[in-house]
Amino acid sequence: MAEALRQTPLHSLHLALGARMGPFAGYDMPIQYPPGVLKEHLHTRAAAGLFDVSHMGQLWLTAKSGSYDDLARALEGLVPIDLLGLAPGRQRYGFFTCENGGVFDDLMISRYGDALLVVCNAARKAEDEALLRAGISEACEIERLDRALIALQGPKAAEVLLELAPDLGDMRFMDARKTAICAAPSYATRSGYTGEDGFEISVPLEKAEEIAKALLAAEGVAPIGLGARDSLRLEAGLCLYGADLDEATTPVEADLSWAIPKARRRGGARAGGFPGEATILDELERGPNRLRVGVRPQGRAPVRAGAAIFVAASDCAPIGRVSSGGFSPSLDAPISIGYLPASLAKPGTQVWLELRGQKAPGEVVALPFVSHHYRRA
Amino acid sequence: MLKYTADHEWLKREGDVVTVGITDHAAETLGDLVFVQLPEVGARFKTGDGAAVVESVKAASDVFAPLEGEIVEVNGAIVDDPGVVNRDPTGEGWFFKLKVADPSAFDALLDEDAYRATLS
Repeated sequence: MAEALRQTPLHSLHLALGARMGPFAGYDMPIQYPPGVLKEHLHTRAAAGLFDVSHMGQLWLTAKSGSYDDLARALEGLVPIDLLGLAPGRQRYGFFTCENGGVFDDLMISRYGDALLVVCNAARKAEDEALLRAGISEACEIERLDRALIALQGPKAAEVLLELAPDLGDMRFMDARKTAICAAPSYATRSGYTGEDGFEISVPLEKAEEIAKALLAAEGVAPIGLGARDSLRLEAGLCLYGADLDEATTPVEADLSWAIPKARRRGGARAGGFPGEATILDELERGPNRLRVGVRPQGRAPVRAGAAIFVAASDCAPIGRVSSGGFSPSLDAPISIGYLPASLAKPGTQVWLELRGQKAPGEVVALPFVSHHYRRA
Repeated sequence: MLKYTADHEWLKREGDVVTVGITDHAAETLGDLVFVQLPEVGARFKTGDGAAVVESVKAASDVFAPLEGEIVEVNGAIVDDPGVVNRDPTGEGWFFKLKVADPSAFDALLDEDAYRATLS
C-alpha cells in the first residue's frame, strides 16, 4: 500500500480554492487552480502569483562556536561558492557537489546574522540534510525548520507585500531580511524561481494560512500551481533538479559556472576543498565537453525531456538530449532546455529533435527565453 | 444522439459519417491544450489506431479512431487555436469526421450513461 502523501499547511486552502491536486515529492500539491496553467502563468508575469512551496526543505545552520566564519568554512567544504564573503542580509545560489563533480542538489543560502538558512528541493531534502549532518555536524548545528514557505512573484509582488511588511521596500534582488508579517516572525528574500521580481517568505506553520489569505486578498494576486511554476521557470531558463541537473551533470556543464567565484577556483584564496573539485576545476579551465542550452523547436509541438537531439536529419546517433521541455505561454511557442556538445552549443545552431519517431527542426537559442525582471537597484 | 468510447471520445453520427471529438472529462483532465496534430484527409484507420495527438502543457495524449474508417474532414480551427478544445470540447472543438466502414458498429459503442459509469 502506498504511503499517504504529506500535506503542507495550506492544503485545505488549496482545496477551498478549487485546486486540482497531484503528488509531487511525496506531497499532495496544487498543480493548477480553476483558471488553468496558461492563465496562471500569464497572470504571474502581468500581476502577482502566490505559490505554496512549503514542501521544500529549510535548514538553519549555525557554528557551535557561534562564529559565522567557522560556519562558512565548514559549509564551503560541501559547496563551491563564496560563503565567507556572504554579508549578513544577503543570499546566494549554490549547490552541493558529488565526488564525481556532479550536482547533488541546488540550493538558496541566505545569511541572517551569524546563521544560514538553506532552502533546498523537496525531492532531495532528506538527502541534503543527511549530507550536511555527515559533513559539518562536528562544527555546526543543523536544525530542520518546520516552517511554511510562500513565494509571491510578479511585477505587482512588491506593492502587495509592502502593505503587510513596509520595511521590505528597499530590498534588492538577493537581499534577505528577518521581518514580521501578520505579527509572525518571517524570513524574506527578494528572489524566486520565475524570473520576475518577487519574494520568498518563510513563515510559521500556524500562520501560513492567514498570511496566504491576506496576500490573496490583495488586488492582482492569484494562487498559482506547480504546473505554471514549471512553465515559468522554464521560460526563465532556470534548472530543475532531477531534469536539468543531476549527479551525472557538473555545474560547469549546466552553465552554472557564474556561481563559482574566483576565490574557489584554481589560484583563488580558497581554491577547491569541495567534492569533485578536480573535475570541476579542470572543466572551469578547459571548458566542459557538453553544455546546457536553450532550444526552440520550429513548429508548435513541444519537445519534452528525454528527446534525442541530432545535428543532421539523416543522423542515427544523437549528439545530445532534451532535459526539460514544454510550452511557453509568453512566446506562444514550444521551448526546451537540453545538453549539446560544447562546440555546437552556440545560438543559431540548427538541430533536429526527436518527436514521435520523426525528426523535427529546431534552433539553439540563448537562455533565458523570457528576460528576467529582477530589482537590482 | 452521441455515443462514447472508454477512451473519452464522443461521436455524432450522420449517415455513414461520424464526427469525433474528446469529452468534457477528457478536456478537463488534460488541462490547457497547446498543440493539436490532426490526421490527413484520406487517412484510413482501424478501430483503436492513434488518429490525432494533443499536447497539453504537461504531456502528450493520443486521440484514437473509435471506429474503422477514412478521414473525410478535419477541424483546422483547433490546430490554429488548441484552446477551442478546452472551451468547447463537444461543439467547436471537434477533431475529425470519419466515413465508417460499418455504420452498425456505432450502435455497439457506449451511450452517455454507460460512459459516465466508466468515470467513477
